[in-house]
Amino acid sequence: MGELWQGIIRALELIVTFDPEVMAITFRSLGISTSACLIATLICLPLGSLIHFTNFKGKNLLVSLIQTFYSLPTVLVGLLVFILFSRAGPFGNLNLMFTPALMIIGQSLLVMPLMLGLIISALVSLDKTVADTAFSLGASRFQAGLLSLKEARYAVITSVIMGFGRAISEVGLAMMVGGNIRGFTRILTTAISLETSKGDIELSLALGFILLLISLAINVILSQLQRVEKSAAR
Amino acid sequence: MKNFKNIALSILLITAMLAGLSGCDSGGDSNIIPAQGRLRIATTTSLYDTGLWNALEDRFEEEEGIRLDILYAGTGIALEYGRRGDVDAVAVHAKATEEQFIADGYGIERIPFAYNYFVIVGPAEDPAGIADLSPEEAFKKLYDTQTTFISRGDASGTHTKEKAIWKAAGYDYEEVTSAGSWYVEAGKGMGPTLQMASEMDGYTLSDMGTFLAYKGETGLVTVVDEGSILLNVYSFIVIDPDKVEGADAEKAQILADFLVSDEIQQFIKDYGTADYGDSLFIPCAGNEPTS
Repeated sequence: MGELWQGIIRALELIVTFDPEVMAITFRSLGISTSACLIATLICLPLGSLIHFTNFKGKNLLVSLIQTFYSLPTVLVGLLVFILFSRAGPFGNLNLMFTPALMIIGQSLLVMPLMLGLIISALVSLDKTVADTAFSLGASRFQAGLLSLKEARYAVITSVIMGFGRAISEVGLAMMVGGNIRGFTRILTTAISLETSKGDIELSLALGFILLLISLAINVILSQLQRVEKSAAR
Repeated sequence: MKNFKNIALSILLITAMLAGLSGCDSGGDSNIIPAQGRLRIATTTSLYDTGLWNALEDRFEEEEGIRLDILYAGTGIALEYGRRGDVDAVAVHAKATEEQFIADGYGIERIPFAYNYFVIVGPAEDPAGIADLSPEEAFKKLYDTQTTFISRGDASGTHTKEKAIWKAAGYDYEEVTSAGSWYVEAGKGMGPTLQMASEMDGYTLSDMGTFLAYKGETGLVTVVDEGSILLNVYSFIVIDPDKVEGADAEKAQILADFLVSDEIQQFIKDYGTADYGDSLFIPCAGNEPTS
Protein backbone atom coordinates (compact mmCIF):
# COMPACT_ATOMS: atom_id res chain seq x y z
CA MET A 1 0.00 0.00 0.00
CA GLY A 2 2.87 2.35 0.86
CA GLU A 3 4.32 1.85 -2.59
CA LEU A 4 1.08 2.87 -4.24
CA TRP A 5 0.70 5.95 -2.07
CA GLN A 6 4.27 7.09 -2.63
CA GLY A 7 3.84 6.40 -6.30
CA ILE A 8 0.73 8.57 -6.47
CA ILE A 9 2.44 11.50 -4.75
CA ARG A 10 5.51 11.28 -6.97
CA ALA A 11 3.26 10.92 -10.01
CA LEU A 12 1.37 14.09 -9.16
CA GLU A 13 4.69 15.86 -8.69
CA LEU A 14 5.80 14.81 -12.15
CA ILE A 15 2.58 16.17 -13.62
CA VAL A 16 2.27 19.50 -11.82
CA THR A 17 5.94 20.36 -12.37
CA PHE A 18 5.50 19.67 -16.10
CA ASP A 19 8.33 17.16 -16.10
CA PRO A 20 9.83 17.52 -19.61
CA GLU A 21 9.95 13.81 -20.32
CA VAL A 22 6.37 13.22 -19.19
CA MET A 23 5.18 16.19 -21.24
CA ALA A 24 7.09 15.10 -24.34
CA ILE A 25 5.65 11.59 -24.14
CA THR A 26 2.14 12.94 -23.62
CA PHE A 27 2.29 15.34 -26.56
CA ARG A 28 3.80 12.66 -28.75
CA SER A 29 0.94 10.34 -27.88
CA LEU A 30 -1.64 13.03 -28.60
CA GLY A 31 0.06 14.03 -31.83
CA ILE A 32 0.28 10.51 -33.21
CA SER A 33 -3.27 9.49 -32.31
CA THR A 34 -4.76 12.79 -33.50
CA SER A 35 -3.00 12.52 -36.84
CA ALA A 36 -4.11 8.91 -37.19
CA CYS A 37 -7.72 9.92 -36.49
CA LEU A 38 -7.54 12.80 -38.92
CA ILE A 39 -6.37 10.49 -41.71
CA ALA A 40 -8.94 7.84 -40.82
CA THR A 41 -11.71 10.49 -40.79
CA LEU A 42 -10.71 11.83 -44.18
CA ILE A 43 -10.95 8.32 -45.61
CA CYS A 44 -14.00 7.12 -43.69
CA LEU A 45 -16.34 10.08 -44.30
CA PRO A 46 -16.48 9.73 -48.10
CA LEU A 47 -16.13 5.94 -47.98
CA GLY A 48 -18.92 5.60 -45.41
CA SER A 49 -21.37 7.70 -47.40
CA LEU A 50 -20.38 5.95 -50.60
CA ILE A 51 -21.21 2.59 -49.03
CA HIS A 52 -24.43 3.96 -47.55
CA PHE A 53 -25.76 5.55 -50.73
CA THR A 54 -24.77 2.78 -53.11
CA ASN A 55 -26.75 -0.39 -53.44
CA PHE A 56 -24.74 -3.42 -54.38
CA LYS A 57 -24.72 -7.14 -53.84
CA GLY A 58 -23.09 -8.15 -50.56
CA LYS A 59 -23.59 -4.75 -48.94
CA ASN A 60 -24.98 -6.30 -45.76
CA LEU A 61 -22.11 -8.73 -45.68
CA LEU A 62 -19.62 -5.89 -46.04
CA VAL A 63 -21.25 -3.94 -43.22
CA SER A 64 -21.20 -6.94 -40.88
CA LEU A 65 -17.59 -7.54 -41.84
CA ILE A 66 -16.73 -3.95 -40.94
CA GLN A 67 -18.50 -4.40 -37.61
CA THR A 68 -16.56 -7.58 -36.94
CA PHE A 69 -13.37 -5.55 -37.26
CA TYR A 70 -14.45 -3.13 -34.50
CA SER A 71 -12.47 -5.20 -32.05
CA LEU A 72 -9.62 -6.02 -34.40
CA PRO A 73 -6.73 -7.10 -32.12
CA THR A 74 -4.09 -4.37 -32.08
CA VAL A 75 -1.22 -6.85 -32.18
CA LEU A 76 -2.64 -8.36 -35.35
CA VAL A 77 -2.64 -4.97 -37.10
CA GLY A 78 0.85 -4.51 -35.65
CA LEU A 79 2.04 -7.78 -37.16
CA LEU A 80 0.53 -6.92 -40.54
CA VAL A 81 2.10 -3.46 -40.61
CA PHE A 82 5.43 -4.93 -39.44
CA ILE A 83 5.48 -7.49 -42.26
CA LEU A 84 4.54 -4.87 -44.86
CA PHE A 85 6.88 -2.10 -43.76
CA SER A 86 9.91 -3.92 -42.40
CA ARG A 87 12.84 -3.26 -44.72
CA ALA A 88 12.60 -6.82 -46.04
CA GLY A 89 8.87 -6.30 -46.72
CA PRO A 90 7.06 -4.96 -49.80
CA PHE A 91 7.09 -1.33 -48.56
CA GLY A 92 10.50 -1.66 -46.93
CA ASN A 93 12.20 0.90 -49.17
CA LEU A 94 9.97 3.63 -47.72
CA ASN A 95 12.14 3.25 -44.63
CA LEU A 96 9.31 3.85 -42.20
CA MET A 97 9.94 1.05 -39.72
CA PHE A 98 10.12 2.21 -36.10
CA THR A 99 9.05 5.79 -36.86
CA PRO A 100 6.08 7.82 -35.59
CA ALA A 101 4.88 8.00 -39.20
CA LEU A 102 4.37 4.25 -39.28
CA MET A 103 2.58 4.35 -35.93
CA ILE A 104 0.18 6.88 -37.45
CA ILE A 105 -0.43 4.60 -40.44
CA GLY A 106 -0.98 1.62 -38.16
CA GLN A 107 -3.34 3.43 -35.81
CA SER A 108 -5.41 4.82 -38.65
CA LEU A 109 -5.78 1.28 -40.05
CA LEU A 110 -6.76 0.15 -36.58
CA VAL A 111 -9.53 2.70 -36.02
CA MET A 112 -10.88 2.78 -39.56
CA PRO A 113 -13.34 -0.12 -39.23
CA LEU A 114 -14.80 1.38 -36.05
CA MET A 115 -15.15 4.84 -37.57
CA LEU A 116 -16.49 3.53 -40.85
CA GLY A 117 -19.08 1.33 -39.14
CA LEU A 118 -20.26 4.08 -36.82
CA ILE A 119 -20.50 6.59 -39.68
CA ILE A 120 -22.58 4.15 -41.71
CA SER A 121 -24.93 3.49 -38.81
CA ALA A 122 -25.17 7.24 -38.18
CA LEU A 123 -26.31 7.66 -41.78
CA VAL A 124 -28.70 4.69 -41.52
CA SER A 125 -30.38 6.08 -38.43
CA LEU A 126 -30.81 9.47 -40.09
CA ASP A 127 -34.31 10.20 -41.26
CA LYS A 128 -34.51 8.95 -44.84
CA THR A 129 -36.40 12.08 -45.88
CA VAL A 130 -33.17 14.12 -45.67
CA ALA A 131 -31.55 12.38 -48.58
CA ASP A 132 -34.86 11.98 -50.44
CA THR A 133 -35.58 15.68 -50.21
CA ALA A 134 -32.11 16.48 -51.40
CA PHE A 135 -32.46 14.15 -54.37
CA SER A 136 -35.92 15.50 -55.23
CA LEU A 137 -34.45 19.00 -55.26
CA GLY A 138 -31.95 17.80 -57.84
CA ALA A 139 -28.91 17.20 -55.62
CA SER A 140 -26.12 14.97 -56.85
CA ARG A 141 -25.13 11.97 -54.81
CA PHE A 142 -22.14 13.85 -53.51
CA GLN A 143 -24.29 16.79 -52.42
CA ALA A 144 -26.83 14.49 -50.79
CA GLY A 145 -24.05 12.68 -48.95
CA LEU A 146 -22.58 15.94 -47.74
CA LEU A 147 -25.96 17.12 -46.52
CA SER A 148 -26.64 13.84 -44.72
CA LEU A 149 -23.27 13.89 -43.00
CA LYS A 150 -23.96 17.44 -41.94
CA GLU A 151 -27.33 16.44 -40.52
CA ALA A 152 -25.77 13.50 -38.71
CA ARG A 153 -22.81 15.57 -37.51
CA TYR A 154 -23.09 14.71 -33.83
CA ALA A 155 -23.09 11.00 -34.46
CA VAL A 156 -20.20 11.48 -36.91
CA ILE A 157 -18.15 13.44 -34.40
CA THR A 158 -18.93 10.75 -31.83
CA SER A 159 -17.50 8.12 -34.15
CA VAL A 160 -14.32 10.14 -34.61
CA ILE A 161 -13.87 10.55 -30.88
CA MET A 162 -14.49 6.85 -30.31
CA GLY A 163 -11.77 6.16 -32.84
CA PHE A 164 -9.43 8.52 -31.04
CA GLY A 165 -10.14 6.75 -27.76
CA ARG A 166 -9.19 3.43 -29.30
CA ALA A 167 -6.04 4.85 -30.87
CA ILE A 168 -4.67 6.60 -27.80
CA SER A 169 -5.19 3.65 -25.49
CA GLU A 170 -3.69 0.87 -27.59
CA VAL A 171 -0.27 -0.53 -26.81
CA GLY A 172 0.38 -3.62 -28.93
CA LEU A 173 0.68 -1.93 -32.28
CA ALA A 174 2.70 1.03 -31.01
CA MET A 175 5.17 -1.36 -29.41
CA MET A 176 5.58 -3.55 -32.49
CA VAL A 177 5.88 -0.93 -35.21
CA GLY A 178 7.18 1.98 -33.13
CA GLY A 179 9.66 0.03 -31.06
CA ASN A 180 9.29 2.28 -28.00
CA ILE A 181 12.44 4.27 -28.79
CA ARG A 182 13.21 6.82 -26.09
CA GLY A 183 12.55 10.38 -27.22
CA PHE A 184 11.25 9.28 -30.61
CA THR A 185 8.50 6.66 -30.67
CA ARG A 186 7.86 6.26 -26.95
CA ILE A 187 4.24 7.10 -26.17
CA LEU A 188 2.10 6.90 -23.03
CA THR A 189 1.06 3.27 -23.30
CA THR A 190 4.42 1.82 -24.34
CA ALA A 191 6.20 3.89 -21.70
CA ILE A 192 3.88 2.54 -19.00
CA SER A 193 4.52 -0.98 -20.18
CA LEU A 194 8.31 -0.54 -20.19
CA GLU A 195 8.64 1.48 -17.00
CA THR A 196 6.56 -1.03 -15.07
CA SER A 197 8.81 -3.85 -16.24
CA LYS A 198 11.82 -1.78 -15.21
CA GLY A 199 10.28 -1.18 -11.82
CA ASP A 200 9.80 2.58 -12.21
CA ILE A 201 6.30 2.57 -10.78
CA GLU A 202 6.11 6.34 -10.19
CA LEU A 203 6.64 7.30 -13.79
CA SER A 204 4.19 4.59 -14.87
CA LEU A 205 1.57 5.94 -12.48
CA ALA A 206 2.11 9.52 -13.64
CA LEU A 207 1.70 8.49 -17.25
CA GLY A 208 -1.30 6.36 -16.29
CA PHE A 209 -2.95 9.37 -14.67
CA ILE A 210 -2.46 11.42 -17.79
CA LEU A 211 -3.94 8.66 -19.91
CA LEU A 212 -6.87 8.55 -17.54
CA LEU A 213 -7.30 12.33 -17.80
CA ILE A 214 -7.37 12.07 -21.58
CA SER A 215 -10.04 9.34 -21.38
CA LEU A 216 -12.00 11.52 -19.00
CA ALA A 217 -11.80 14.45 -21.41
CA ILE A 218 -13.00 12.21 -24.24
CA ASN A 219 -15.89 11.07 -22.11
CA VAL A 220 -16.89 14.60 -21.16
CA ILE A 221 -16.86 15.68 -24.80
CA LEU A 222 -18.92 12.64 -25.77
CA SER A 223 -21.62 13.16 -23.18
CA GLN A 224 -21.68 16.88 -23.97
CA LEU A 225 -22.23 15.98 -27.60
CA GLN A 226 -25.10 13.70 -26.74
CA ARG A 227 -26.74 16.43 -24.69
CA VAL A 228 -26.41 18.90 -27.53
CA GLU A 229 -27.73 16.32 -29.96
CA LYS A 230 -30.79 15.68 -27.81
CA SER A 231 -31.60 19.35 -27.41
CA ALA A 232 -31.07 19.83 -31.14
CA ALA A 233 -33.54 17.07 -31.87
CA ARG A 234 -36.21 18.76 -29.83
CA MET B 1 -28.38 29.45 -28.13
CA LYS B 2 -28.06 26.26 -30.10
CA ASN B 3 -25.71 27.94 -32.52
CA PHE B 4 -23.60 29.24 -29.72
CA LYS B 5 -23.17 25.76 -28.33
CA ASN B 6 -22.20 24.45 -31.73
CA ILE B 7 -19.59 27.12 -32.17
CA ALA B 8 -18.21 26.56 -28.71
CA LEU B 9 -17.97 22.86 -29.38
CA SER B 10 -16.25 23.32 -32.72
CA ILE B 11 -13.71 25.63 -31.18
CA LEU B 12 -13.03 23.09 -28.46
CA LEU B 13 -12.52 20.30 -30.96
CA ILE B 14 -10.29 22.33 -33.24
CA THR B 15 -8.15 23.46 -30.32
CA ALA B 16 -7.79 19.88 -29.16
CA MET B 17 -6.68 18.78 -32.61
CA LEU B 18 -4.24 21.64 -33.01
CA ALA B 19 -2.79 20.99 -29.59
CA GLY B 20 -2.35 17.38 -30.59
CA LEU B 21 -0.68 18.22 -33.89
CA SER B 22 1.64 20.83 -32.49
CA GLY B 23 2.48 18.28 -29.81
CA CYS B 24 4.16 16.31 -32.56
CA ASP B 25 6.64 19.13 -32.95
CA SER B 26 7.26 20.03 -29.36
CA GLY B 27 7.95 16.38 -28.55
CA GLY B 28 11.66 17.02 -28.99
CA ASP B 29 11.70 16.02 -32.61
CA SER B 30 10.22 18.07 -35.36
CA ASN B 31 10.44 15.40 -38.01
CA ILE B 32 8.28 12.31 -37.93
CA ILE B 33 10.06 10.46 -40.76
CA PRO B 34 13.73 11.07 -40.03
CA ALA B 35 15.04 7.60 -40.78
CA GLN B 36 18.02 9.26 -42.43
CA GLY B 37 20.78 10.50 -40.21
CA ARG B 38 19.80 8.30 -37.29
CA LEU B 39 21.62 5.22 -36.16
CA ARG B 40 19.35 2.41 -35.08
CA ILE B 41 20.42 -0.53 -32.98
CA ALA B 42 18.66 -3.36 -31.17
CA THR B 43 20.00 -4.31 -27.77
CA THR B 44 19.47 -7.29 -25.56
CA THR B 45 17.07 -6.60 -22.69
CA SER B 46 19.67 -7.40 -20.04
CA LEU B 47 21.89 -4.52 -21.18
CA TYR B 48 18.91 -2.17 -21.36
CA ASP B 49 17.35 -3.05 -17.99
CA THR B 50 20.55 -2.09 -16.18
CA GLY B 51 20.23 1.42 -17.62
CA LEU B 52 23.65 1.17 -19.31
CA TRP B 53 22.32 1.98 -22.78
CA ASN B 54 20.44 5.04 -21.59
CA ALA B 55 23.68 6.40 -20.17
CA LEU B 56 25.69 5.47 -23.27
CA GLU B 57 23.01 6.93 -25.57
CA ASP B 58 23.31 10.39 -24.01
CA ARG B 59 27.11 10.37 -24.19
CA PHE B 60 27.23 9.08 -27.74
CA GLU B 61 24.69 11.58 -29.05
CA GLU B 62 26.56 14.42 -27.40
CA GLU B 63 30.06 13.40 -28.45
CA GLU B 64 29.41 12.16 -31.97
CA GLY B 65 26.38 14.25 -32.90
CA ILE B 66 24.52 11.22 -34.22
CA ARG B 67 21.00 10.47 -33.05
CA LEU B 68 20.85 6.97 -31.64
CA ASP B 69 17.64 4.93 -31.60
CA ILE B 70 17.66 1.95 -29.28
CA LEU B 71 15.22 -0.93 -29.54
CA TYR B 72 14.65 -3.20 -26.55
CA ALA B 73 14.74 -6.76 -27.82
CA GLY B 74 16.06 -10.16 -26.80
CA THR B 75 18.99 -11.56 -28.79
CA GLY B 76 16.69 -13.69 -30.97
CA ILE B 77 14.48 -10.88 -32.19
CA ALA B 78 17.38 -8.41 -32.27
CA LEU B 79 19.20 -10.60 -34.80
CA GLU B 80 15.95 -11.00 -36.75
CA TYR B 81 15.65 -7.18 -36.96
CA GLY B 82 19.21 -7.23 -38.26
CA ARG B 83 18.45 -9.83 -40.93
CA ARG B 84 15.41 -7.87 -42.08
CA GLY B 85 17.39 -4.64 -42.28
CA ASP B 86 15.40 -2.81 -39.62
CA VAL B 87 18.48 -1.97 -37.55
CA ASP B 88 22.07 -1.02 -38.40
CA ALA B 89 23.73 -2.94 -35.59
CA VAL B 90 22.95 -5.24 -32.67
CA ALA B 91 24.31 -5.64 -29.14
CA VAL B 92 23.72 -9.24 -28.12
CA HIS B 93 25.07 -12.12 -26.04
CA ALA B 94 24.77 -15.59 -27.54
CA LYS B 95 28.10 -16.57 -29.08
CA ALA B 96 27.06 -19.60 -31.13
CA THR B 97 24.03 -17.81 -32.60
CA GLU B 98 26.15 -14.74 -33.35
CA GLU B 99 28.79 -16.80 -35.15
CA GLN B 100 26.08 -18.36 -37.30
CA PHE B 101 24.71 -14.88 -38.02
CA ILE B 102 28.13 -13.75 -39.25
CA ALA B 103 28.74 -16.98 -41.17
CA ASP B 104 25.46 -16.33 -42.99
CA GLY B 105 26.87 -12.98 -44.05
CA TYR B 106 24.51 -10.67 -42.14
CA GLY B 107 27.10 -9.27 -39.77
CA ILE B 108 30.57 -7.93 -40.49
CA GLU B 109 32.33 -9.05 -37.31
CA ARG B 110 31.73 -9.82 -33.68
CA ILE B 111 33.18 -7.17 -31.37
CA PRO B 112 33.08 -8.33 -27.72
CA PHE B 113 32.94 -5.17 -25.59
CA ALA B 114 32.03 -6.32 -22.10
CA TYR B 115 31.29 -9.43 -20.11
CA ASN B 116 30.09 -10.68 -16.78
CA TYR B 117 28.65 -13.91 -15.50
CA PHE B 118 25.31 -15.56 -15.39
CA VAL B 119 24.00 -16.50 -11.98
CA ILE B 120 21.27 -18.82 -10.81
CA VAL B 121 19.17 -16.77 -8.41
CA GLY B 122 16.33 -17.76 -6.13
CA PRO B 123 14.63 -17.23 -2.76
CA ALA B 124 16.95 -16.67 0.21
CA GLU B 125 15.72 -19.88 1.90
CA ASP B 126 16.95 -21.92 -1.09
CA PRO B 127 14.04 -24.42 -0.97
CA ALA B 128 15.65 -26.80 -3.47
CA GLY B 129 19.00 -26.79 -1.63
CA ILE B 130 21.14 -26.08 -4.67
CA ALA B 131 23.61 -23.63 -3.11
CA ASP B 132 27.26 -24.35 -3.90
CA LEU B 133 26.44 -26.94 -6.55
CA SER B 134 27.79 -26.59 -10.06
CA PRO B 135 25.29 -25.04 -12.52
CA GLU B 136 24.69 -28.41 -14.19
CA GLU B 137 24.09 -30.22 -10.90
CA ALA B 138 21.86 -27.40 -9.71
CA PHE B 139 19.66 -27.74 -12.80
CA LYS B 140 19.50 -31.51 -12.28
CA LYS B 141 18.33 -31.00 -8.73
CA LEU B 142 15.72 -28.43 -9.79
CA TYR B 143 14.42 -30.94 -12.32
CA ASP B 144 14.32 -33.80 -9.82
CA THR B 145 12.67 -31.78 -7.06
CA GLN B 146 10.32 -30.03 -9.51
CA THR B 147 11.06 -26.65 -7.97
CA THR B 148 9.58 -23.59 -9.68
CA PHE B 149 11.94 -22.27 -12.32
CA ILE B 150 11.16 -19.22 -14.46
CA SER B 151 12.66 -19.40 -17.91
CA ARG B 152 12.94 -16.38 -20.20
CA GLY B 153 11.44 -18.55 -22.91
CA ASP B 154 12.04 -15.92 -25.58
CA ALA B 155 15.06 -17.06 -27.63
CA SER B 156 17.17 -14.39 -25.94
CA GLY B 157 20.84 -14.80 -25.10
CA THR B 158 19.98 -15.74 -21.53
CA HIS B 159 17.48 -18.30 -22.77
CA THR B 160 20.10 -19.72 -25.13
CA LYS B 161 22.51 -20.05 -22.21
CA GLU B 162 19.84 -21.74 -20.12
CA LYS B 163 19.27 -24.30 -22.86
CA ALA B 164 23.03 -24.91 -23.02
CA ILE B 165 23.11 -25.61 -19.28
CA TRP B 166 20.18 -28.04 -19.55
CA LYS B 167 22.04 -29.78 -22.33
CA ALA B 168 25.25 -29.93 -20.32
CA ALA B 169 23.24 -31.36 -17.44
CA GLY B 170 22.15 -34.21 -19.71
CA TYR B 171 18.61 -33.20 -20.58
CA ASP B 172 16.90 -32.76 -23.87
CA TYR B 173 15.35 -29.27 -23.79
CA GLU B 174 11.99 -30.55 -25.10
CA GLU B 175 11.86 -32.89 -22.15
CA VAL B 176 12.36 -29.97 -19.75
CA THR B 177 9.65 -27.73 -21.24
CA SER B 178 7.12 -30.54 -20.96
CA ALA B 179 8.26 -31.69 -17.53
CA GLY B 180 5.46 -30.03 -15.59
CA SER B 181 4.03 -26.80 -14.26
CA TRP B 182 7.17 -26.05 -12.23
CA TYR B 183 8.89 -25.00 -15.43
CA VAL B 184 7.47 -21.58 -16.33
CA GLU B 185 8.21 -19.85 -19.64
CA ALA B 186 7.85 -16.13 -19.06
CA GLY B 187 8.36 -14.79 -22.58
CA LYS B 188 9.56 -11.48 -21.13
CA GLY B 189 12.70 -9.41 -20.73
CA MET B 190 15.24 -10.07 -17.97
CA GLY B 191 13.90 -7.49 -15.50
CA PRO B 192 10.28 -8.68 -15.68
CA THR B 193 11.42 -12.31 -15.44
CA LEU B 194 13.28 -11.53 -12.19
CA GLN B 195 10.13 -9.86 -10.87
CA MET B 196 8.16 -12.98 -11.78
CA ALA B 197 10.66 -15.26 -10.04
CA SER B 198 10.32 -13.10 -6.96
CA GLU B 199 6.51 -13.15 -7.05
CA MET B 200 6.41 -16.92 -7.59
CA ASP B 201 9.21 -17.82 -5.15
CA GLY B 202 11.10 -19.53 -7.92
CA TYR B 203 14.60 -19.74 -9.34
CA THR B 204 15.80 -18.23 -12.57
CA LEU B 205 18.95 -17.76 -14.61
CA SER B 206 19.99 -14.13 -14.89
CA ASP B 207 22.94 -12.11 -16.06
CA MET B 208 24.82 -10.54 -13.17
CA GLY B 209 24.17 -6.95 -14.27
CA THR B 210 20.41 -7.07 -14.42
CA PHE B 211 20.29 -9.12 -11.24
CA LEU B 212 22.29 -6.51 -9.31
CA ALA B 213 20.14 -3.74 -10.73
CA TYR B 214 16.96 -5.52 -9.57
CA LYS B 215 18.26 -7.14 -6.41
CA GLY B 216 16.78 -4.51 -4.11
CA GLU B 217 13.24 -4.89 -5.37
CA THR B 218 13.10 -8.64 -5.82
CA GLY B 219 14.61 -9.96 -2.61
CA LEU B 220 16.21 -12.78 -4.61
CA VAL B 221 19.74 -13.93 -3.81
CA THR B 222 22.56 -15.50 -5.79
CA VAL B 223 22.45 -19.24 -5.29
CA VAL B 224 24.92 -20.55 -7.84
CA ASP B 225 27.59 -18.32 -9.35
CA GLU B 226 30.55 -20.54 -10.19
CA GLY B 227 31.16 -22.62 -13.27
CA SER B 228 32.85 -21.87 -16.57
CA ILE B 229 29.57 -22.36 -18.42
CA LEU B 230 28.26 -19.17 -16.78
CA LEU B 231 30.49 -16.78 -18.75
CA ASN B 232 28.37 -14.07 -20.42
CA VAL B 233 29.95 -12.08 -23.23
CA TYR B 234 28.26 -9.07 -24.82
CA SER B 235 29.25 -8.26 -28.33
CA PHE B 236 28.42 -5.62 -30.88
CA ILE B 237 27.80 -6.62 -34.48
CA VAL B 238 27.60 -4.16 -37.37
CA ILE B 239 25.15 -5.32 -40.05
CA ASP B 240 26.82 -5.92 -43.40
CA PRO B 241 25.32 -3.58 -46.03
CA ASP B 242 26.53 -5.92 -48.81
CA LYS B 243 24.05 -8.51 -47.60
CA VAL B 244 21.37 -6.31 -46.05
CA GLU B 245 20.47 -3.39 -48.24
CA GLY B 246 20.24 -0.01 -46.57
CA ALA B 247 22.13 -0.83 -43.39
CA ASP B 248 24.24 2.12 -42.27
CA ALA B 249 27.55 0.43 -41.50
CA GLU B 250 29.45 3.70 -41.43
CA LYS B 251 27.57 5.15 -38.46
CA ALA B 252 27.37 1.77 -36.79
CA GLN B 253 31.17 1.50 -36.97
CA ILE B 254 31.45 4.87 -35.21
CA LEU B 255 29.42 3.42 -32.36
CA ALA B 256 31.56 0.25 -32.37
CA ASP B 257 34.73 2.34 -32.05
CA PHE B 258 33.04 4.42 -29.37
CA LEU B 259 32.22 1.28 -27.36
CA VAL B 260 35.78 -0.06 -27.32
CA SER B 261 37.42 3.33 -26.75
CA ASP B 262 39.42 3.61 -23.52
CA GLU B 263 37.14 6.22 -22.10
CA ILE B 264 33.92 4.26 -22.62
CA GLN B 265 35.52 1.01 -21.50
CA GLN B 266 36.38 2.75 -18.24
CA PHE B 267 32.83 4.11 -18.08
CA ILE B 268 31.43 0.58 -18.50
CA LYS B 269 33.78 -0.68 -15.80
CA ASP B 270 32.57 1.95 -13.33
CA TYR B 271 28.95 1.74 -14.34
CA GLY B 272 26.67 0.88 -11.44
CA THR B 273 29.35 0.78 -8.73
CA ALA B 274 27.87 3.83 -7.04
CA ASP B 275 24.33 2.41 -7.01
CA TYR B 276 24.88 -1.29 -6.56
CA GLY B 277 28.19 -1.47 -4.73
CA ASP B 278 29.62 -3.73 -7.39
CA SER B 279 30.45 -3.20 -11.02
CA LEU B 280 27.89 -4.71 -13.37
CA PHE B 281 30.18 -5.32 -16.35
CA ILE B 282 33.82 -6.08 -16.98
CA PRO B 283 35.10 -4.33 -20.11
CA CYS B 284 37.04 -6.41 -22.64
CA ALA B 285 37.84 -3.94 -25.45
CA GLY B 286 37.21 -6.11 -28.47
CA ASN B 287 38.92 -9.26 -27.17
CA GLU B 288 37.18 -12.51 -26.35
CA PRO B 289 37.43 -13.17 -22.60
CA THR B 290 38.41 -16.73 -21.82
CA SER B 291 37.29 -17.22 -18.25
